[in-house]
Amino acid sequence: MEVGNWSFRITLPRVVLIGLVLVAALTALYRFIFGLGAVTNLSDQWPWGLWIGFDLLCGIALAGGGFSTALIVHVLHRDKYLPVARAALLTSLIGYLVALVSLFLDIGRWYNFWRPFFFWGYHSVLFEVFWCISLYTLVQILEFGEVFFERVRAPVLKGLLQKLMPLLLILGIVLPTLHQSSLGSLYVIAVNKLHPLWWSMLLPFFFVWSAFFLGPAMVTLEGTLAARAYRREPETPLFRSLTRVTLGMMLVYLAVKLIDLGYRGAFPRLFEGSFESHMYLVEMVGFVILPIIMYAVPAISRKTWGVLAASCLVVGGVVFNRLNVVFTGMAKAAGQPYFPSVWEFLITLGMWSALILVYCFLVENFPILPKEKHSSPGEGDKCPERG
Amino acid sequence: MGRSQAVLVDITKCVGCESCVVACRLYNDLKPGPRAGGEAKPDGPAELAPDRWTVVQSFRVEKDGSRVRRFVKRQCFHCLDPACASACFAKALQKTPEGPVVYNEKLCVGCRYCMIACPFEVLRYEWDKPFPRVLKCQMCLARIANDQMPACVSACPTGALTFGDRDKIIAEARQRQYSRPDLYVSQIYGLTEAGGTSWLYLSDVPFERLGFPTGVPERPLPEYTWAVLRWTPHLFVGWGALLAVMYLYNRRRAVAHSEEEMYAPVDAEE
Repeated sequence: MEVGNWSFRITLPRVVLIGLVLVAALTALYRFIFGLGAVTNLSDQWPWGLWIGFDLLCGIALAGGGFSTALIVHVLHRDKYLPVARAALLTSLIGYLVALVSLFLDIGRWYNFWRPFFFWGYHSVLFEVFWCISLYTLVQILEFGEVFFERVRAPVLKGLLQKLMPLLLILGIVLPTLHQSSLGSLYVIAVNKLHPLWWSMLLPFFFVWSAFFLGPAMVTLEGTLAARAYRREPETPLFRSLTRVTLGMMLVYLAVKLIDLGYRGAFPRLFEGSFESHMYLVEMVGFVILPIIMYAVPAISRKTWGVLAASCLVVGGVVFNRLNVVFTGMAKAAGQPYFPSVWEFLITLGMWSALILVYCFLVENFPILPKEKHSSPGEGDKCPERG
Repeated sequence: MGRSQAVLVDITKCVGCESCVVACRLYNDLKPGPRAGGEAKPDGPAELAPDRWTVVQSFRVEKDGSRVRRFVKRQCFHCLDPACASACFAKALQKTPEGPVVYNEKLCVGCRYCMIACPFEVLRYEWDKPFPRVLKCQMCLARIANDQMPACVSACPTGALTFGDRDKIIAEARQRQYSRPDLYVSQIYGLTEAGGTSWLYLSDVPFERLGFPTGVPERPLPEYTWAVLRWTPHLFVGWGALLAVMYLYNRRRAVAHSEEEMYAPVDAEE
């Protein structure tokens, strides 16, 4: 499909995605007319469900690739990572937009959404989350403006944004540092509700730290997927060298987790045999210790599949951790289990489908991915072929 | 907050007549909604709902070798330092100097973080409404401000509910425990829970057997949050300054590059 000089190729998978977005939009409309109870399995015992637990908390964490890449590339000036910088920024921006949409769907009195800007409930963690996420989304839109005005020729505006860029970049790292941590702080107040394996005064640290080390893994995953979809050469050497950041940070994460458990005397809970303890062990062994080993063993970390598999584990692990905090850890206090309704799943599916479609449109129309060098393929790792 | 008003619930004196429930309904003009009371489960205790701000739950418990029946009136505990109010980012929930923690629907965004924060799980949401409110006992603020007692207290025929200055209420509770040490358990529920509440309970059976939340910390819950949140401005300034210094320092070493030549739209037609 071509309109003016914009193009969007319509393929069968994309038609399916568009269909999913439409279904989600209709469901959202139904929710706005008949209330949350008509669509979701939420209850007084489970006030927060899939949209907050997955779309918001995981979505924002997965968008962590934006701020960690910005720090590595633009502040530490590791210029060799420039090829992945714009893609990381873009996926981060779309991730935040998904999170904001899910938040808007989830709040009951949505016409009041602007109130926290004026009624300063600064004693609330949510106040910080709200301010930082809104401001950071704005910052990301302005950061993206540079790319936008490169395509839509407006040199004056682009120059203006470039002058602002140092400020935007620094805000674009400080704000997410604050709110990634405060997403963890949200659960600090659930002292007698969240299972002691997860409840800790260090929750904010764990959340921001894991959102940061998730960044390189997410960039690897996105980069590989994009390379496959567009039959390009993945930036494998860059992904491999990024693993050192992840490995170091994950070792620190593991150490602090263990020290924290010991300090709070929660070690015995590890082996209490409850559902929570099993989930915790899976989280730590399968999604933290295992990728650490994979990154640390050269025979694995030198291989493309090794880096990719370990990155998938890291990404899955952060999702698993957030879901454990929101659902597993809170289940006992709620007194009953929660499972999302079909409609909740459909809305989530629709939002992530929209994310993929927007991503495709943007990389196909804006200078985001690096130009292909057309160097001899077969050198280094092979470009994954797709039939 | 020593001046704030409180209610003492003496579980040994409650006969489960539910006069308090009726009084609450009448005074607050609560009409049963579709999800409400009518279809009350025959077994198991009644639960709070958006249109039921107080309920009387019945428990059969073991005491001195025989089974006894005890009634527990439930409603919002009106914490001295309420977690819900500290969690609300729109100031829709506020602690009043008189004692009640009250909800203002005009300010509410409907995020339900208050429900996550409440250690006693008393907040209820209107799940079936397009613009739902968070509802709970308001401790009849208008009556208290008028030097009257809450509607439920005024309706109690057995003296199970006593209203007054929180300090005097605590003294009264201690006096009862002192005069009948054989009857009451030593704990006064609400004295220290979550930093203290405006509803205090006396009982002759341990509270955990009457469905009271256990493990509620004695430290006011907002203090946990504040211990983390108070670092925000320092983190903002300190981390921002550090980044600015690193940025300026590293920029000198940066290699000039043209981003316009580096990136391009990908070709989907291929």
